[in-house]
Amino acid sequence: MANNFVSFFKRFFEDVFKTKKNVKIGFYGPPNSGKTTLANKICLDWIGEELGSASKVPHETRNVQFKEKVNIKHNGKQATFKLIDTPGIATRIDYEDFLAYGLNSKEAKQRAKEATKGVIDAIKWLDDVDAVVIVLDSTKNPYTQVNVTIIGNLVARKIPVLIAANKIDLRGADTKKIEAAFPEYGVVGISAKQGKNIDEFYDSLFNLIKKV
Amino acid sequence: MKDVTIQFIPFGELAYLSSYKRVKKLIEMAEENKIILIQGKLEPQEEADLIEETMRKIGRSSKFKGIELTSFVPQTKNLTIFQGLREKMANALVGNRDSLTIIGPATVVREIKKDPTKIELYLRK
Repeated sequence: MANNFVSFFKRFFEDVFKTKKNVKIGFYGPPNSGKTTLANKICLDWIGEELGSASKVPHETRNVQFKEKVNIKHNGKQATFKLIDTPGIATRIDYEDFLAYGLNSKEAKQRAKEATKGVIDAIKWLDDVDAVVIVLDSTKNPYTQVNVTIIGNLVARKIPVLIAANKIDLRGADTKKIEAAFPEYGVVGISAKQGKNIDEFYDSLFNLIKKV
Repeated sequence: MKDVTIQFIPFGELAYLSSYKRVKKLIEMAEENKIILIQGKLEPQEEADLIEETMRKIGRSSKFKGIELTSFVPQTKNLTIFQGLREKMANALVGNRDSLTIIGPATVVREIKKDPTKIELYLRK
């Protein structure tokens, strides 16, 4: 009887105070949706340094990049994460598109070449994440095949998904449209750049990892 | 405006191919600058494979710029439980033939816009 009593309390306190360790969170989405900006915001909040560089030129992130042991404490909850920032997934990459951003032909071709490899790497990493934050630009149409393909693959792999509707600080942002497009998933509207609604994002993140 | 070829692929033409051959065939057709209209929908893993293979082709070719891809699945929200079950059983037995997939080479198709009720194809001039 006494042993059962001790065992019950031991399990109870383990559940209440346990810290999830090394939860691998992937940041996925189309190019220029703000994946790196969001990953940077989280890293700055909790470890004081950025994860990667963000830019207005599409496909700035062309390699999968990580930050390990990011310990997040929020509203009495705590977990340690490995943040995995992935290159934007696209179905087309044309080096000529980069010329409009001031790159010369050689730089644009090199960027396009690296971007194609980045997309392949991002897809391969789907097999090695515990949960995914899909970062979408809330000023853009969410009904794109890239978004559908990413979500379809996560569902097939039974990987929990949270959708961050980013850029809500911009005119034309429409979080409701993203909610309507993906009614089965949690959607949180944020501005990673300005830190808007970031507390709601952390709430959603801790809800997400309950499913891991 | 340049000539555009639209090729229809009935469900049966892809159904018996392996995923690898299915993806290979679709990429080859896209490389021939054809817009492909497929009866049915690729599996999520096949869509991911198609994107991967597209990226490899872009890396190897200076002319191939990628694809535009979309699929259209009829809304089944208002079905009764019985109708929903029948739909799922039919899909399991003979595949999802009600869906439509469009694949266009990026050199021909500038953009595909989609919302829950329509698909719009914008072609390059």
